[in-house]
Amino acid sequence: MRKSLLLGDEAIAQGGIDAGLSGIYAYPGTPSTEIMEFVQHSKQAKELNIQCTWSANEKTAVEAALGMSFTGKRAMACMKHVGLNVAADPFINSAFTGVNGGCIVVSADDPSMHSSQNEQDSRFYGKFSLIPFLEPANQQEAYDMAFYGFDLSEKYKLPVLMRITTRMAHSRAGVQQRDIKKQNNLKLPEDLVQFVLLPAIARKKYKKLLGVQPLLEKESEESPFNFYKDGSDKKLGIITCGIAYNYLMENIQNTNLNYPVLKIGQYPLPKKMIEKIYNECEEILVIEEGMPFVEEMLKGYLAKGKTIKGRLDGTLPRDGELTPNLVAVALGLTDTKGKDVPQVVVPRPPSFCDGCSHSDTYIALNEALRGYDKYAVFSDIGCYTLGALPPYNAINSCVDMGASITMAKGAADGGLHPSVATIGDSTFSHSGITGLLDACNSRSQVTIFILDNLTTAMTGGQDTPGFGKIEEICKGVGVELEHIRVIKPLKNQHETNVKIIKEEIEYKGVSVIIPRRECIQTLNKKNKEKFKNK
Amino acid sequence: MRNDIIISGVGGQGIVSISAIIGFAALDAGLFLKQSEVHGMSQRGGDVQSHLRISDKEIYSDLIPKGKADMIISVEPMESLRYLPWLSAEGWLVTNTNPFINIPDYPHIDKIMAEIKSVKNNIAIDADTIAKEIGSVKAANVVILGAASPFLNLPYEKFQGAIKFIFGKKGDAVVNLNLAALEAGRKFSEKNK
Repeated sequence: MRKSLLLGDEAIAQGGIDAGLSGIYAYPGTPSTEIMEFVQHSKQAKELNIQCTWSANEKTAVEAALGMSFTGKRAMACMKHVGLNVAADPFINSAFTGVNGGCIVVSADDPSMHSSQNEQDSRFYGKFSLIPFLEPANQQEAYDMAFYGFDLSEKYKLPVLMRITTRMAHSRAGVQQRDIKKQNNLKLPEDLVQFVLLPAIARKKYKKLLGVQPLLEKESEESPFNFYKDGSDKKLGIITCGIAYNYLMENIQNTNLNYPVLKIGQYPLPKKMIEKIYNECEEILVIEEGMPFVEEMLKGYLAKGKTIKGRLDGTLPRDGELTPNLVAVALGLTDTKGKDVPQVVVPRPPSFCDGCSHSDTYIALNEALRGYDKYAVFSDIGCYTLGALPPYNAINSCVDMGASITMAKGAADGGLHPSVATIGDSTFSHSGITGLLDACNSRSQVTIFILDNLTTAMTGGQDTPGFGKIEEICKGVGVELEHIRVIKPLKNQHETNVKIIKEEIEYKGVSVIIPRRECIQTLNKKNKEKFKNK
Repeated sequence: MRNDIIISGVGGQGIVSISAIIGFAALDAGLFLKQSEVHGMSQRGGDVQSHLRISDKEIYSDLIPKGKADMIISVEPMESLRYLPWLSAEGWLVTNTNPFINIPDYPHIDKIMAEIKSVKNNIAIDADTIAKEIGSVKAANVVILGAASPFLNLPYEKFQGAIKFIFGKKGDAVVNLNLAALEAGRKFSEKNK
């Protein structure tokens, strides 16, 4: 059978394609982006006519996946962990409606916040919504779980959550592929009100969901992704989740440590297996990537049982990503380290690329705001968030997708002037439009920059849903035409741009400034392609 | 057999090409491989590194433990030093000597070179100049890989084969340029180790 070298993200995508996927829906976000990109670049997916265009945001993605599932076909929705917050409404409710065709929601967590605003653990969403969820320990499991997840989803008519973390998403290893499954045929749900969550129906659905929980637990006990490896030394029992298993094995493979190990890759937790290790061992060590999810459950609020070691008692750090070294220390093994980093080495934080349009925009904005006593620039999620760093120091907030416009509106309502927002074109189509509508309805005095570099730049240049429609959208939600100003963020336009910005700051209503110039990265990529084709 | 390698540089310098060539060579030699990369925000001009592990036995951790790396391959001199905590006492440091300066407080290159020279096993190579002499500065990363190749447990032909495969689509001229770059880097190390 074929074996290919795949990132964890790519393994999920290839697994989906081979398991009869009909549609994948996603909004780009590190570390999840490569799942959708792999499908978009896959010849096999193209031949199979798998639907794979980017969604406007994670909520629309999950809803579209649910719609695809309604038709009896297999669908995936993929996002980063904070994207699941955006999609939480359809995600939680889809556990009530259930699904028809297999439906997998993939959420990629980012412990240590390499590229994120927080390090929340998506397993809490899995528990909250009472659906089965999967957590691969390696790329092969990631691939296999796509097959397994769709089958499980169709067996219980429930969506399945797959939780991965950065190291899983962005690490490559060999993956053995399986025989390809055909896509499902169109087949509508037998129950005509399955998806109608009127209170009377929703109450029944909830009881049904609660009733199925023991069965889901049993599935976990029999799952190929959960196993119990007995050991002769019962002083300690070790429970690992997902890739934490790798760090454990890395450390114990060439030692004489022989503790029982329970490896978990499928939830809800396999209760009997947990009971067995708890009863047989004197103490328990829980090693999990992310928050102390399993540890807290085992420990309980009063912690009156056996000693449970993990992130809560300091055996492992409370926050941040696990490493093989941290796990070594937790096991009482010697820590290893090379030389220290020499003092001469200085930090090299990320920065705007040479020739980036955002840099020209911020220089002009900073100058236009000089002279004002009190003001704030609310920003958003994207490359332009780097405007917070020197030498620009140009922004005062970065909270969540779309929060720039709405926070600027709230601050303006509170009496702050100038109240400015900077938001990228892709973030605007993701979650900025509704906030702009709010601002227009209350005629708040805000100046909103929609930084249009014609792409989703931070995640590597994906198509942006609002491409070519930004002025029309602004007009449509109520921004006056003469206060939609398109400027060219270039050094030689600096004086003109500062003048326009100053005028709009003084306008007593909603004004939108659109600095428009293509992302230097996508421009370079295009030029390279052109050169290649010549 | 096991090789644990950290590959480092600055976002945008293309360290992925080095790990792709070693990765292909390793798979071709029938070895296990795990390779962890940096995507996202750091790619915008920040420090980036890749953990590449090859072995004849199953590999568990995607990350190399500190103090256990057999080699650091760096396309930028200051970045080569950032990962010294990972390098084992007998490990090799192979780095380009050309600084990539995109920060205002970049230290003086002499200080960086002194630290590099203080590592027991080091190869500091002016890969840009060597690549230019061969035909294109674009081949600098392959020159560095060539310089690292004598210290990796992989037959030289496997590297050549990987270059032929990976650059094959771009035509013979590009393949030959990179084969020459690999050779030049290797010769440099054999002369200077």
